[in-house]
Amino acid sequence: MKTQLIELNINDQIYEIPITPVDLLVDVLRKKVGFTGTKKGCGQGDCGACTVLIDGKTALACITLAIACQGKKITTIEGVANKDGSLHPIQQSFVEHGAVQCGFCSPGMILSSKALLDSNPSPSELEVKRALSGNMCRCTGYILILEAVHAAAEKMAQAGVK
Amino acid sequence: MTKKYEVSNKYGNYTDYKREFTEVGRSIPRPDGPAKVSGATVYTDDMTVPKMVYGRILRSPHAHALIKNIDYSKALALPGVLGVITGADCPIVYGIVPHNSNEHALAQEKVRSWGEGVAAVAAIDDETAEKALELISVEYELLPVLTDPREAVLRDDVRIHEDRPFNIAHEGKQRYGEPEKAFAEAAYVLEKDFYSSYVNHGFIEPQSAIADFDPNKGTLRLWATCQVPHYTHQQLAKVLDMPLNKIRITVPSIGGGFGGKGVASQADFCAALLSRKIGKPVKITYERSDIFATNNGRHPCYMKFKMAFDKDGLITGVDFDNLMEGGAYAGWGIVVLFYTASMVHIPYKVKNVLFRGRRVFTNKPVCGAHRGLGGVQPRFAMEQMLDEAAEHFGLNPFEIRMRNAAESGHTCASAMYVPHTEYKKCLEVAVKNSDFLAKQGKLPFGKGIGMSGGYYISGTSYTLYLSYKPHTVATIKVDEENGVTLFCGSTDIGQGSNMVMAQMAAETLGVKSENVHIYSMDTSVSTFDLGTFASRVTFATGKAIKQAAEKINQELFPVAAAMMECRGDEVAVKDYRFYSIYEPKKKNVSWDEVVTRYIESNGPLTATGQFTPPRRKGLQQGGNIGHSPTFGFSCQIAEVDVDVETGRIQVTKITEAGDCGQPINPMSVEGQVHGSIQMGLGQALYEEMKIGPDGKFLNPSLHDYKMPTTLDMPDVHATIVEAYDPSAPYGGKESGEGPIQPTIPAIFNAVYDAIGIRFTEMPLTPEKVLSALKAKKAAEMKA
Repeated sequence: MKTQLIELNINDQIYEIPITPVDLLVDVLRKKVGFTGTKKGCGQGDCGACTVLIDGKTALACITLAIACQGKKITTIEGVANKDGSLHPIQQSFVEHGAVQCGFCSPGMILSSKALLDSNPSPSELEVKRALSGNMCRCTGYILILEAVHAAAEKMAQAGVK
Repeated sequence: MTKKYEVSNKYGNYTDYKREFTEVGRSIPRPDGPAKVSGATVYTDDMTVPKMVYGRILRSPHAHALIKNIDYSKALALPGVLGVITGADCPIVYGIVPHNSNEHALAQEKVRSWGEGVAAVAAIDDETAEKALELISVEYELLPVLTDPREAVLRDDVRIHEDRPFNIAHEGKQRYGEPEKAFAEAAYVLEKDFYSSYVNHGFIEPQSAIADFDPNKGTLRLWATCQVPHYTHQQLAKVLDMPLNKIRITVPSIGGGFGGKGVASQADFCAALLSRKIGKPVKITYERSDIFATNNGRHPCYMKFKMAFDKDGLITGVDFDNLMEGGAYAGWGIVVLFYTASMVHIPYKVKNVLFRGRRVFTNKPVCGAHRGLGGVQPRFAMEQMLDEAAEHFGLNPFEIRMRNAAESGHTCASAMYVPHTEYKKCLEVAVKNSDFLAKQGKLPFGKGIGMSGGYYISGTSYTLYLSYKPHTVATIKVDEENGVTLFCGSTDIGQGSNMVMAQMAAETLGVKSENVHIYSMDTSVSTFDLGTFASRVTFATGKAIKQAAEKINQELFPVAAAMMECRGDEVAVKDYRFYSIYEPKKKNVSWDEVVTRYIESNGPLTATGQFTPPRRKGLQQGGNIGHSPTFGFSCQIAEVDVDVETGRIQVTKITEAGDCGQPINPMSVEGQVHGSIQMGLGQALYEEMKIGPDGKFLNPSLHDYKMPTTLDMPDVHATIVEAYDPSAPYGGKESGEGPIQPTIPAIFNAVYDAIGIRFTEMPLTPEKVLSALKAKKAAEMKA
């Protein structure tokens, strides 16, 4: 298939990338741009490890065509921290609450959490569970992850973080 | 932080045991956390090395077939394809258990399960490698397929391995005490059959390997998802016929293992063989279907159980016949078989035991080590039978467990020795926290509560190498340039062992855990260790670390004493200061000054500690789980809602109480408990690998293999009971595999409490619940 050059906006930077129309976003991010924080756990849209934000909404990069993301704003886990590299309150909360074990699901979990809290700053328990139900974790039993998200919501509300 | 421990012990001399810790017992957030939440952590598949190319493995669509011919000429002719290997390139056998290895990197003349690797290609990119697989033509001659171990043991006409009559990989028998007499004299004998299911670990990170063979030096580097790098090292050396010292394995961060990454993966071997063939680094990363095809998950067991009780409800005998399905190869099989045998001896006192076990080959992806291996299956049976016996004796489930519970100092019929247990405390705490006694038997139809106990080994090892060297070694280096550096061989597979190792070293050395630098996952740099499996790390590596750190202190204390002008035996160290225990305020000196003084006069300071579990003599009868130096214990109480219209079960709450001795990092313990409960919940209710009658895998994806999500999780209330094991390093025991033991039977006991039906097969699907409810209703109508 013919390769073409496209522009993608990833984490507020414009990248010029040679792709074919069938290239998946997860492979483009990982192999062509080097954002390896986006993980590939199943390649079939089941596990949520490849979750990224497209225009602020969660998307599964392993079943998204890169070519379809032109003109959109893609946020990967590498784009979540503050400009100086210090952690976003959600990331900080994951670390402090023991919500991270092997860490393979963490990028996707954090992006799903961010999409939720950006649109719903004080979600109910069920709303958090629903928002994260497409992200599989096999280490933590989710319990401390859910705690971390609620704690982050509170902290962000207090600090007025967006 | 001063903690007062009341430790029940046969010798009664540990009440008021006082212990002051500064580093152990802290819930330190993981030092690898910030990198993990930022996407900066490097896992194997995130790596590229210069000149690297990509490999793929061609897998068999048939479960049992002779390979008549493989023609890969078309694949090799495809532009971008660099090399192809087949079984002919890897004739040397390997396997995790050296006595009975029978695996190959790629199939030799015959495939024995769906998805077995038959060829591998290397190409300039993934897409080309995938295209090349389609151009390889394999001619198969189909053989009869065995997918049920109950049939396999009757079919000597279909031998999956020629040298194994009736497809029996191993058979084991054990007899302790006088079981026949116990059953003859019993006041009550209960007999029941159980089936535990075929499940996979479900770690989220697929296996991956990058091999880089240097033809000029004759060396091989491997970066791979190895839970047990020293084992993979041994097996690679064997299969590639290379000396150990020409191979270096480095383990990048691992995305979960749960036992599944303990065996060397075919990606490791194929990447290495391809790299040697084409002179370039080769990366092979598994797809999710490759993970299911190579499995190594829990062994399904067909279990016939008999339990004898005296008139007071005390267990007097156990008769356990285990037909254990192993899939196509030997794997960990013999180890798991004898673990299932040993698991009936604790947490209750059982004087007389009869065991017969067979591990059987079938044409399915091989079974292996899976969190809580060998324990989950018999626990599922015994804990349900205990409930049934309790009902017979008019006792409640708590009472019958308390009556039978083992205590500290207990020696089993099999000679296993329990130096320390707070099992009774676990039962009491969980019962109290869940209000079990007020609820059990009293909830409305459809709602139920059930309990189960459990235990697991801690610090044991299976001797994977025919060698008598120490099982664990840790080396500590102290210098001005790096402070404290710890070299050890345990693998952090995500459970956080690096942090726990640092906390233990820091505790004895009097430094901060965060400042201990760890080199643990590299066969050229780290020290030797049997590896991360069977919940051995905290205890075994902890012992070695403690010994090494004490040796360092032996060197530094006299120097500090001289500087403080006090005697060497009155020196202690804490928070980077050496001090006199008699005059701490007056006589103290900084850690840095003492280290500088030592090094100026003596040069570098290193010390090595080691640990091998002591052998318990006598009655092992084939199993060596008895060498476990101690054990962790727990109790779980599950509450369920059974929807009698749909058959759907929702576990609403799990109350857990666990004895892991002194928790080294309580937050990590909590994470292990939660994760165990989730995995147990999945096996109890949802997860099962489905194999068709022709041996084809029906659900090799996370879409069709159902693992619990956030919405399936109950409320979890976990408590670490006050405990301190005096035989353990810093009093700490395992917490990674014990907590999965009670989850499944607790849920099944709760379902019984809810609808009055005893289920004996996992998973407990809505179909099974509905048809059982229907049958019950029909029987009641008839009556």
